[in-house]
Amino acid sequence: MSSEKSGADILVEALTDLGVEVVFGYPGGAVLPIYDAIFRQGKIRHILVRQEGGAAHAAEGYARSTGKPGVVLVTSGPGATNVVTGLADALMDSIPIIVITGQVPTQLIGTDAFQEADTVGITRHCTKHNYLVQDPARLGAIVHEAFHIATSGRPGPVVIDLPKDVQIASARYAKPASPLRHKTYRPQTEADPTLIEAAVAMLAAAERPILYTGGGIINAGPAASDGLRELQALTGAPVTSTLMGLGAFPASHDDWLGMLGMHGTYEANMAMNQADLILCLGARFDDRVTGRLDAFSPDSQKIHIDIDRSSINKNVRVDLGIVADVGSAIDDMIALWKAKGHKAADTGEWQRRITGWRARKSLSFPASDHEIMPQQAVKRLYELTRHLDPVITTEVGQHQMWAAQHFGFEAPNRWLTSGGLGTMGYGLPASIGAQVAYPGRLVIGISGDASVMMNIQEMSTATQYRLPIKIFILNNQYMGMVRQWQELIYASRYSESYSEALPDFVKLAEAYGWTGMRIEQPGDLDDGIAAMLAADGPVLVDCRVAQLANCFPMIPSGAAHTDMILHAEEVIGEASDEAKALV
Amino acid sequence: MHITEQAAERHTLSIVVDNEAGILARIAGMFTARGYNISSLTVADITEDHAVSRITIVTYGPPAVIDQIIAQLDRLVPVHRVTDLTELGPHIERELALVKVVGTGDHRIEALRLAEVYRARVVDSTISSFVFEVTGNPDKIDKFCELMREVGLVEVARTGVAAMSRGREAA
Ligand SMILES: Cc1ncc(C[n+]2csc(CCOP(=O)(O)OP(=O)(O)O)c2C)c(N)n1
Repeated sequence: MSSEKSGADILVEALTDLGVEVVFGYPGGAVLPIYDAIFRQGKIRHILVRQEGGAAHAAEGYARSTGKPGVVLVTSGPGATNVVTGLADALMDSIPIIVITGQVPTQLIGTDAFQEADTVGITRHCTKHNYLVQDPARLGAIVHEAFHIATSGRPGPVVIDLPKDVQIASARYAKPASPLRHKTYRPQTEADPTLIEAAVAMLAAAERPILYTGGGIINAGPAASDGLRELQALTGAPVTSTLMGLGAFPASHDDWLGMLGMHGTYEANMAMNQADLILCLGARFDDRVTGRLDAFSPDSQKIHIDIDRSSINKNVRVDLGIVADVGSAIDDMIALWKAKGHKAADTGEWQRRITGWRARKSLSFPASDHEIMPQQAVKRLYELTRHLDPVITTEVGQHQMWAAQHFGFEAPNRWLTSGGLGTMGYGLPASIGAQVAYPGRLVIGISGDASVMMNIQEMSTATQYRLPIKIFILNNQYMGMVRQWQELIYASRYSESYSEALPDFVKLAEAYGWTGMRIEQPGDLDDGIAAMLAADGPVLVDCRVAQLANCFPMIPSGAAHTDMILHAEEVIGEASDEAKALV
Repeated sequence: MHITEQAAERHTLSIVVDNEAGILARIAGMFTARGYNISSLTVADITEDHAVSRITIVTYGPPAVIDQIIAQLDRLVPVHRVTDLTELGPHIERELALVKVVGTGDHRIEALRLAEVYRARVVDSTISSFVFEVTGNPDKIDKFCELMREVGLVEVARTGVAAMSRGREAA
């Protein structure tokens, strides 16, 4: 029988048993016993952030780039409330993170004690699950269960709220036998074979098929991306992806259509509209993808494979819903396709239509020789770094969409962005998380002048741990995406979207011990990027870009895929109330 | 601009859950967070060790929304199973109500007569008031309250619906 140890030691031991190598955190009164236990051990590395919100996004970046869960440790009250945005973000994008929050001692709960917050109450609806631990003897099992829940099924954030007295009280801990069998939680991972059979038959009969892929493929692990490539090769179907799924299918492939949705390519959206079969793999028909629902792909049959039953038929009624791990379902489909001896259908006519749509060159943008076009900056960044296989993070706004449009990804886990929640302030800490996971890799954060300010304090974290992240700001001195909507929908009334009083980013970089650079002229772009890559240590690049550039193509909120705006000239000045009411 | 709504159906859901702290907030909060309706909700533990509870929720919404509600409930970690009793077909729904009626003379006599028709029991009385206890399906209770309104109803307390499938199978 193992001897008793403190709750704090049990926590650290359980984390170690679970293979945790890194914890992103910030100390405080209610977690001092845990910080002491961390001080006394040698296996887990603690990364001290500068604000707890940074820890949550860093853990997300770590998780998304590695496929392993990210772990966060924060104190009670303000420490816990500061991570709420990261929890909501991870819930939306299905990112496995485990957040351990300190809590006031059990007997003080409910008394408005110093730094007390109802953490389980506040986080109940922005986590996949949460726990308040009241018994140190249960702690070890709860930690293991929390990891199981965060990483299996549809991944997501889990909070463990740990009162200070439970951290100090002692109990026995033994590593539970794996795999865990939870009494109520049993996500379905294997597809029903009869449904796979139906799906394969539909796919084999399709004349105009399209594979619509999402973040689920990334979550299913690199093997699912391999499976996707094989399924595509067998069927010859063109592939599009959501923002979250970029990298699952190689951007250099002839059958890659680019991203779909609001800022997706013309060919991707038209192909979705005109397809006779949509095979949705780990995506969720979100409003940014579908546009106006009653006009969304009216003539197609739709198959949806998702690990979360509630995603099926939520926004779009489908003809065939399959609950399964998407990687496993793809493998089943491949096996059956081969067993049945199906051949890729003759999709010549379909391919010709797609070629016609591609010819519209929807990602083209006006050239300029006196100012840097932001799209051009992303393109050059891509061309000059692709051989280095970088990890790219973004903030939220136009730069994020330009990065999605103009940076090509060949493999999964290279693209870290806040899709569902659209959280400005995600990118800088996510870059830190990815760089901690891969010290030797090139990590570039494509950023906006407004977003970068949201978690700018994390520059100090990068300095402390010598993390050589490169933050490349497309500085248009506006909250560009807000300004764009105001231009298109509110007759250019730019209410509060100008980035007034921006810091001197070069001096700011130097103040943090980073290298700061400014790129102002189109002719200096390549040299600037080269200088950024050559500098060791973290670099902040203030790349001054055309201030009023807009991100196209664009399907306005509530419009159909076929009502895409390709160029600025097609834009209306003021929208109806119905359009204004849409997000 | 006007906001449109779709035709709604009434469904009775039986949700068997692990009886952990915060479970009711988790379930009820999911309904509010996603804009679903709750007409009534009852909850009590149903096993000897108090470890499992049954929550019965009467909700309404278009069929697609009802499907979503079930799927959303089903993916909550402490939920053992969700049964749509309405979808399942014949099932029993019972509710208990306490109904206070104040009045004298003819009203009082009429109240007693109606109570008899509805098999309501008098559980409290004064010279000028009664408290009736009535059980039945929610329609019957609605109807009873409606009639009592004519003869001096002043207060109603209802338990919400407890429900179960018919036949030998446990749902
Ligand atoms: C935390 C948060 N607050 C507000 C918004 C709304 N929002 C979306 S994009 C955007 C502007 C972003 O500006 P910037 O970072 O400069 O990027 P740009 O669009 O100019 O590329 C804002 C305010 C958001 N997404 N996240």
